[in-house]
Amino acid sequence: MNEILPDDIQESLLATFREESLEQLTELESTLMELEISPLDTEVINKAFRTLHTIKGNAGMFGFEEIEAYTHDLESAFDLVRKGTRRVTPELIDLTLRARDALLVLLQGTGDSKAVRPEMDTVMSLVSDFLKEEQAETGDATKPERSGKRGDNESGGGGGGSGKKPGSSVRVASEKLDQLVNLVGELVTVQARLTQMVSESTDSGLEAVAEEVESLTWELRENAFSIRMIPIETTYRRIKRLVRDLSRELGQEVELITEGSETELDKNVIEKLTDPLMHLIRNSVDHGIESPEERLQAGKPEKGTVRLSATNSGADVVIRVQDDGRGLDSEAIRKKALEKGLISTEADLTNADIFSLIFAPGFSTANQVTNISGRGVGLDVVKRSAEELRGTLAVESVPGEGTTFIIRLPLTLAIIDGLLVNVAGEKYIVPLSIVEECVFLTKETVGGSHGRRIIRLRGEIVPYVSMREWFDVQGDPPDIQQVVVVREGERRIGLLLDHVIGEHQTVIKSLGKVYRNVDGVSGATILGDGTISLILDVPRVMRVTERMESPIFAA
Amino acid sequence: MKRVMTVDDSASVRMMVRVTLSGAGYEVVEASDGVEALQKLSETDIQAMVVDLNMPGMGGLDLVRKLRKIPGFLSTPIIMLTTEGSKDIIQKGKDAGATGWMVKPFSPEQLVNVIRRVL
Repeated sequence: MNEILPDDIQESLLATFREESLEQLTELESTLMELEISPLDTEVINKAFRTLHTIKGNAGMFGFEEIEAYTHDLESAFDLVRKGTRRVTPELIDLTLRARDALLVLLQGTGDSKAVRPEMDTVMSLVSDFLKEEQAETGDATKPERSGKRGDNESGGGGGGSGKKPGSSVRVASEKLDQLVNLVGELVTVQARLTQMVSESTDSGLEAVAEEVESLTWELRENAFSIRMIPIETTYRRIKRLVRDLSRELGQEVELITEGSETELDKNVIEKLTDPLMHLIRNSVDHGIESPEERLQAGKPEKGTVRLSATNSGADVVIRVQDDGRGLDSEAIRKKALEKGLISTEADLTNADIFSLIFAPGFSTANQVTNISGRGVGLDVVKRSAEELRGTLAVESVPGEGTTFIIRLPLTLAIIDGLLVNVAGEKYIVPLSIVEECVFLTKETVGGSHGRRIIRLRGEIVPYVSMREWFDVQGDPPDIQQVVVVREGERRIGLLLDHVIGEHQTVIKSLGKVYRNVDGVSGATILGDGTISLILDVPRVMRVTERMESPIFAA
Repeated sequence: MKRVMTVDDSASVRMMVRVTLSGAGYEVVEASDGVEALQKLSETDIQAMVVDLNMPGMGGLDLVRKLRKIPGFLSTPIIMLTTEGSKDIIQKGKDAGATGWMVKPFSPEQLVNVIRRVL
């Protein structure tokens, strides 16, 4: 790089270089994992070589001499492989993956770069050992016992995602997209006000224009959101790597099957989803899948399977992590919960109730603390992450057959369809995606059934909670009130409120720190008349209510 | 204004060539591989090319060999970019019909000088 170019151009050049190199490192990772499955595939070998070559070349061009030097030996190693003098070994793949991880840190140029240098040096001396090793290799094919460590069965994903679709595309800074969505949010808010004002006027010409603006706003909203949607594939790639490393660490053969990598989610959701998803996978591999001996005894294939799938379901995306392991042991969970004082001895619990205890804070069933799961982070953290994304986490399990975690997430975070409701003159929003139905309740039936708060819905019993009491509202409720029945996973609960107003396109505004402690509220929105309405945090309301109403929670 | 085409699979190298040469008064056309280069060459007039040796699909040498068979490109200056300056590679480039070569890493001035010399 040189003084011939102005500073700002140099800077944007560097940014492009960084971005490109990060992409190449990601590609290198998936190429290496392909290579692990087919170590003799010349096309894959060439791809690995070329990627290393480009990383090295570019690093040199842009003055990253350190990275250039590090990649040099790796490139030479793959050059030997490419020319047929050496073979791909599990060690080479391992070393290259380790080097890749370290390069990633160096490239990001954060404070950690000092910390990875020792690791990088170790890896590099091992690589140069590899280069020096006698070329007299046993002529047989590469050792097969390692190659089956992991499998990758993405339907139709033979190329490992390298097959970029034709058609032109442009790169846009993600802040610009965020800004666009914010602006659309503002527009939707103003739109609501316009609609409100027009409804009070008698000008039919104005009405027609307002309607047109409304439909354009709607279209713009859909459009802006679709721009931010990205396929979940990037997260899958990281998980494939994780499963590979875990398999090695635990000496456990695990096959990862991924489905629905093309499923799209909001960019921001995907970013925040990766960690909780990795945690669930870790949990499945570490706790769910039995040791090879146990599996053989149970008449299962020695190799365990984790199936990761993503599907669209209405306005939600459903992600499942399913293992074919031992399943949850309800007796063990119950015992543990008793020990921890989470339930009382006389509690009469269904299996589903017991299973949901694993999401309670401080609960962990691991007998052995391993490097993988024993990090003091429990499933409660995963549940909370899902809820922060306005989603839910549920679990299903069959003893001896396996466990499935189900994450349900909204497609986007910024604007939701809401149900506007009235509680003692205040307006609140209930996310429409979880609303099941609305029923009327007369004064006589409220508090009926011997004071227990339940309604009967076509033979089924649904508990409800009074929002007036929740928010400590004084005064008498109207004669006829409404119950909005909401569902989270297998659980249903009714929200007793004054009345339902109607649907509302809700632009979510987060509440400032001052309001962090307001219980049962997750955000706010601006209504058409300019007033503010709070968004109900339904999962939170459900949790607190369950704890209060049912005898199972001692606390 | 004279037009130079950069053919490279790396976006950052293309960008570097573009900003450097456009700063020196050239118009720059980008192509990310041999196929795209051939297509763009059929649409626009190009006076010189900077071609990367190592590209997926149609590599730099193949592209140069192809071009040298097309009337109209027999003497277009083509500078090859390589990461190693071994005689072997440079000879291969010459045989294919390259006008000159530059070994990466190179500085913006070097690039401008080379292009000024051939144009």
